[in-house]
Amino acid sequence: MESAIVQQPEAEIVLEASELTKTVDSADGDLTILSDVSFEAMRGETVAIVGASGAGKSTLLALLAGLDEPTSGRVVLDGVDFSSLDEDGRAVARAGRVGFVFQSFHLIPALTALENVMMPLELAGEKGARETATEILTEVGLAERLKHYPAQLSGGEKQRVAIARAFAARPSVLFADEPTGNLDTATGQKIEELLFDLNRNHATTLVLVTHDPLLAAKCQRRLSIDGGRLVADERS
Amino acid sequence: MRQAFTFALNGLKRELRAGELLVLGVALIIAVGSITAISFLTDRIGKAVDRQATEVLAADLRLRSGRPLDAKTLSDAEALGITTASTMNFPSVVFAGEDSTLVNLKSVSEGYPLRGELRVSAELFGEVQVSDVVPVLGEAFAESALLARLGANVGDTIQVGKLELTVTRVLVYRPDQSAGFSGLAPTLLINIADIPNSGLIVEGSRVSYAQLFSGPETLVDDFTASLEESVPDGVRVENRAEAGSQLSGAIDRAGRFLSLASLVSLILAAVAVAMAARRYAERRLDTAALMKTFGASQQFVLRVSIIHLLAIGLIAGALGSAIGFVAERGLSALLSGWLRGDLPSPGWQPIVPGALTALVLLLGFALPSLLQLKKTPPLRVLRHDLAPPPPGIWLTYGAALLAMAALVWWAVRDALLLTIIIGGTLATALTLFFAGRALVALLSNLRRGVGVSWRYGLANVARRGGSSAIQVVAFGLGLMVLLLLTLVRNDLLAGWRSTIVEGAPNQFLINIQPGERDTVRDQFVDGGWDDVTFTPLVRGRITAVNGEAASRDPEERVSRTGRELNLTYSTTLDPSNQVVAGEFWSADYDGEPQVSVDQDVALEMGLALGDVLSFDFAGQPLNATVTSFRDIDWESFRPNFFMVLSAPGMDAFPQTYITSVFVPPEDKSVLVGVVRQHPGVSVIDIDAAVARVRSIIDKASLAVQYVFIFTLAAGLVVLFAAIQSTLDERRYESALLRTFGATRRTILLGILSEFSALGLLAGVCAAVGASVIGWYAARALFELQIGVNPVLIVAGIVAGVLMVGVSGTLAARSAADTPPVRTLRRF
Repeated sequence: MESAIVQQPEAEIVLEASELTKTVDSADGDLTILSDVSFEAMRGETVAIVGASGAGKSTLLALLAGLDEPTSGRVVLDGVDFSSLDEDGRAVARAGRVGFVFQSFHLIPALTALENVMMPLELAGEKGARETATEILTEVGLAERLKHYPAQLSGGEKQRVAIARAFAARPSVLFADEPTGNLDTATGQKIEELLFDLNRNHATTLVLVTHDPLLAAKCQRRLSIDGGRLVADERS
Repeated sequence: MRQAFTFALNGLKRELRAGELLVLGVALIIAVGSITAISFLTDRIGKAVDRQATEVLAADLRLRSGRPLDAKTLSDAEALGITTASTMNFPSVVFAGEDSTLVNLKSVSEGYPLRGELRVSAELFGEVQVSDVVPVLGEAFAESALLARLGANVGDTIQVGKLELTVTRVLVYRPDQSAGFSGLAPTLLINIADIPNSGLIVEGSRVSYAQLFSGPETLVDDFTASLEESVPDGVRVENRAEAGSQLSGAIDRAGRFLSLASLVSLILAAVAVAMAARRYAERRLDTAALMKTFGASQQFVLRVSIIHLLAIGLIAGALGSAIGFVAERGLSALLSGWLRGDLPSPGWQPIVPGALTALVLLLGFALPSLLQLKKTPPLRVLRHDLAPPPPGIWLTYGAALLAMAALVWWAVRDALLLTIIIGGTLATALTLFFAGRALVALLSNLRRGVGVSWRYGLANVARRGGSSAIQVVAFGLGLMVLLLLTLVRNDLLAGWRSTIVEGAPNQFLINIQPGERDTVRDQFVDGGWDDVTFTPLVRGRITAVNGEAASRDPEERVSRTGRELNLTYSTTLDPSNQVVAGEFWSADYDGEPQVSVDQDVALEMGLALGDVLSFDFAGQPLNATVTSFRDIDWESFRPNFFMVLSAPGMDAFPQTYITSVFVPPEDKSVLVGVVRQHPGVSVIDIDAAVARVRSIIDKASLAVQYVFIFTLAAGLVVLFAAIQSTLDERRYESALLRTFGATRRTILLGILSEFSALGLLAGVCAAVGASVIGWYAARALFELQIGVNPVLIVAGIVAGVLMVGVSGTLAARSAADTPPVRTLRRF
């Protein structure tokens, strides 16, 4: 683990992707779904990954978060080089460093809102998980919904729980996969505001995948993916 | 580890609350509950059977010696709270007027017998009653044969030594009457307090002194252990284990029946646990992927799974044990009227198999599924179709096989039975799997000719290919064990009962002199009997084995040498005997003497074929070569002998004859006639012994029926677990179909056709499997012949279609009932 730390956080670069390529087997031979993608993201920066369906956005997100392994290239997240780690090592590296928000929320149906938020804290072995989780749920406006189960919550509320869960462990980077894709426009806007607020308050780097040009426009950077290649890197 | 522990326990609490563990938990609870109930019941019935075995001793523990026993032993035992009694036995002569006869004088103290009961009647061959008391001073209970021989009756006075005794009862049965037939004179039962005034005990009297003990098992066991250190030479300590008798075979069988029956529930429970664990693991995949996304390592996920398993095992183990305990109490209370006497209280030990069962079931049948959770790719959070690779075949089936072998071994502790059960189950599982595959292939062709519902249902079977085959295996196995149990309960038990046929001999006549043989036969033929066969009985001693002088040490327990033995000779082998080694002589053999020995006696004496036994028949020597070993079916109730000699020359030795006949209760007067005309002939009534063996069989069948109830419950859980495992998928599909316009009826019919098709095949395979295993088990284990039962095949098919078809449809109907919008929103 120690050997994986190649640089210290003071460099301000929190996420670094170098020449990421992902090839998979298919019926027609090897299929390259991501090719030679490189970029860096700074602490507190908001980055949108945009592109058409099948462009490779979700694949890039999975590689950046260490959920999947690139065929070549490397990812360094908060000082940890994923390429030198196995799946377990990447999982341990994610704990406390990475938060996730998914399009379909991915709340555990058997757990209450509070328990869902407590989960990453418990996994990271943090003391006072209940208090921290209560605090952050209050911050996202769900103080009255702590003991509700996912089935008892609306879509917007579910995503707020998911966001609370993502921010609970104070991650360096928050990955969001179409965070407003399953929500109506009004609710979606509120969720967006919440995400950006938390990003500012906690100095978390926000990397989100979206189809929505309006949401992408709110980010400081937009990485456009087309045919598995990074075709544009715009800053606003 | 601590972190995993806390995390796992928190998670478990939540999942228990959410009902996620319901199916797995219920499967386990029923498994543990049924095993515990069966263990408790087996324990209690085993003890009841055991207690019957102690009847042979009339006590739990008996000390016996040719010399007076230390009275201190009695007072020591009484001080511990153990009940005691004393007896003295010796041969004597009884007079009644001019007549006299040899008797076995048995004198007993108050309280005799400590186990079993004394049965008497008020007149010869009269109504039998249980006597709570022993004869008082100056009175006696006499066996009917004795009264007949003396021409005496109840109320008459008889003389033994200096005693004048009034016969107050006919002695019909005492628990410790000898099971063998050696030197049997009729018994006269008197009070031991009469002995000092009888003048019968003099120097050199052949008295057998005995002290009897009974009490709570642990107390008697401890007392026995303390005795074994201090017991003087020449004193035999006899307890249950030693009370070898004609009951031992029956007890052994009773145990096997119970074990076999309990195994059926075990296998069913295992199937249910495996299915429930698989579904539980599948439902936890998302959570595992999320945990890994949020930083949990494989080890952490694994630890959490194992802690979950252990905790579930603990909870289900405790609940199941409690349920098993209560269920057993309830059942035995319900059935108490059927049992003769109360069942003894169970020990605490039956808790152990329940707890171990939970653990073994989880490790063998649930762990492989949960182990896969650790391999869940975290990428599943983005791509829901990703799942861990299925567990390896060796892991899944190896663990299950090991666990099953462990459970089977615990239940039967018999390598042969273990092999048969595992082999039978595996063969059936494999057959079912291939049959399932065949069905799937067949259905692809059938689909064209049926309506839309059936096409949907059959398409489901075909589309789920491997999964359908697995369900056929599960249903088939479940059905097979249920059918096997029915087979055990009905056919096998009927086969076993038929070994003790109605009309089996119930009276033995012994001491028939050669000159009396024809007149005794005539008396029976006149009484309406077809014929009576007589077996010669020669008394002799074995003086040497292969020329080496035999030991005369009376303390040498296993030695049959030196003692007087009852032997017979014959030109043919009795039908209740089977030669297991060597060869029995031919009917016209007239060469050197040969001897055929009971295989157990041969083992005891260390005999080999070709050994030469030297006999002494009333001073006349004879050498005979051991040429065969026999297996004797003692339950045939025919006259049988440990040693049978070849016939030529044997008629020269002094001998008597014995015979066995069936005498219906209403014809018992013929026996009075025989004994009146031939005072030397003794009649032994073995109706009582037959009744005892029957009662053991009844208890065993009762126990099997208990077990059947639990097995049925386990079978239902299997069905429930199987349907649960496909319910999510079914809900989704039926929601889609209804969205596209299918009616609820169409979907229900589809489900019905699917489960009926599965049930049909499972039923056929199960019926065939149960027939084959039952037939083999009957032959190899119980030495019984049962034919293939066509009803079983039909029952298998009907049960398969009905049970799987109807119950499956009922259990899966919620898939059709759930409003499509709710289901689709969930997905």
